[in-house]
Amino acid sequence: MRRRRTEPLTVLFAALGGLLLLFIAAPLLWTLGAVSPAALMAALGEGEVRRAITLTLWASLVATVLALLTGVPLAYLLARHDFPGKRFVEGLIDVPIVVPHSAAGIALLLLFGREAIVGRLLAPLGLRFVAAVPGIVIAMLFVSLAFLVDAARDGFAAIDPRLERVARTLGASPWQAFRSIALPLAWRSILSGMLMMWARGLSEFGAVIILAYHPMVAPVLIFERFEAYGLDAALPVAALMILISLAVFVLLRMTTRRPEGRVR
Amino acid sequence: MSGGALRLEALEVRLEGFRLAPLTLAVEAGTYLVIVGPTGAGKTLILETIAGLRRPAGGQLFLDGAEITALPPERRQTGFVYQDYLLFPHLTVAENIAYGLRRRGLRRRERETRVEALAAMLGIEPLLDRRPATLSGGEAQRVALARALAVEPRLLLLDEPLSALDPATRLRLRGVLARLHDALGMTIIHVTHDFEEAFTLGDRVAVIHEGQLLQVGTPEEVFRRPNSEQVARFVGVQNLFRGRLQPLGDGYSRLHLDDISITVVGEAEGEAHLSIRPEEIVLSREPLHSSARNSFRGRITAIEDRGTLAYVAVEVPPVFTSVITHRSLEEMGLRVGEEVHIAFKASAVHLF
Repeated sequence: MRRRRTEPLTVLFAALGGLLLLFIAAPLLWTLGAVSPAALMAALGEGEVRRAITLTLWASLVATVLALLTGVPLAYLLARHDFPGKRFVEGLIDVPIVVPHSAAGIALLLLFGREAIVGRLLAPLGLRFVAAVPGIVIAMLFVSLAFLVDAARDGFAAIDPRLERVARTLGASPWQAFRSIALPLAWRSILSGMLMMWARGLSEFGAVIILAYHPMVAPVLIFERFEAYGLDAALPVAALMILISLAVFVLLRMTTRRPEGRVR
Repeated sequence: MSGGALRLEALEVRLEGFRLAPLTLAVEAGTYLVIVGPTGAGKTLILETIAGLRRPAGGQLFLDGAEITALPPERRQTGFVYQDYLLFPHLTVAENIAYGLRRRGLRRRERETRVEALAAMLGIEPLLDRRPATLSGGEAQRVALARALAVEPRLLLLDEPLSALDPATRLRLRGVLARLHDALGMTIIHVTHDFEEAFTLGDRVAVIHEGQLLQVGTPEEVFRRPNSEQVARFVGVQNLFRGRLQPLGDGYSRLHLDDISITVVGEAEGEAHLSIRPEEIVLSREPLHSSARNSFRGRITAIEDRGTLAYVAVEVPPVFTSVITHRSLEEMGLRVGEEVHIAFKASAVHLF
């Protein structure tokens, strides 16, 4: 028998795709390679850098938790119920992904600014959004919530609703059926959605910088150092953020991998 | 565990463009009711409505005399078993069975005792620590039954519980269902499209076709005396009988019915059901001397001429129905009330 040759078309597509992959990997690796471990450590030693990174991680986590508390119920409703305007709601959730993020920042400012409606309403509670951490949180929340809601909705939708019905006949209230059946079964999807949202929040620059240039999150710090001192000054912080993002990404891949176990 | 008496009062079931005519039906406590109907006749919807998982579009539901139409499912004490088991995939078999017990706030010790008793009853003790994904269909359906029985339901609702199983497992599980009903005496509503299940398991059979409840009665009534042409057409002519088997020792057995006995292939003992397809039963005016092991003389009680084919009912007793061509009906000149001979091979008898 003749040995099967690889199709020329396959070779061509692989070459084209390979170029694109190189385009992703090369800059990242180059950046990491351009920074010596000593420079990384030195950057980590700076108070300003540490504060920016910690703030970034925290603010994005708070945004993720806010989305968890409100977005998971929304995702469950979307997965389980049909209602008029459902497609509109689903579209609305994804809008922040397509809106330019600086424009999103402006839009938020219009509502949460010092003299704006919501800003004035919440000021007595001690919540300030301009040039403050809450502003960073809502900017991150706005641009990244779709990742969590969509993942959670897909997770719930993949569960046979009859499982919850069986639970109801066995004596579970709607809340108990959600808590003991739907939530554990969708947990992987929700967790990966949280990680995706967290990672997206960490990297947010456009919306954050409009609401809060200070206190500085890491992406803003990178920008500032680049503007003020040039490439070499921005590089170590950039490399640090790339490393952190990669770590989150690896975590994400680990949660989305199918669990071990035989499946019929 | 005792059964509940269920009453459906003009119950209306509807789902996106699909609707059933208002259903009125009374099920006595402890009855095994089999609802037969073709796939897609809305049988699952009826069960889900009885369980409270769907809101009826109209009508009322009563359990033991009390109205439950508006009661949420968790307060109805109905067990539900779906065709495809629907075990909770993230829980072990034991945790699945204990799910309802946990909801009822039973202590761990009590839960374990109940789970073990149920597992013993259904023969699934070795599976208790396994995950649902590792079970065979028959095993999974036993677990689903145990899980439903754990809450001591007043009403056990079975949605095509045997349809997804291979024939051998189906037969075994059918025996399990019959034994459970005898032992526990709860009310069971079992929907299926399988006539054998209806005939073997049901105390009562309800026929649903094209959104209508056509007939309710004992299996004998429904299969032997369909009350309408629709039912007759749907259930078909089955020649269904029940009898006691006695092995003959030569590879055959005799099946004793009330008035006659029939020779069947294979050696077996005990209660059995049998069916003979009407085209397997040969009709003649003279006694037949053929290889057919079963031949009887009887009287024609009905002739139904359907154009190319004609169904002839012959009372031996019992009544056998044979199908012949319209031409042979004319050639033989058969009339109601005349005596004829019928014959069929031992191998034409289907035991189940």
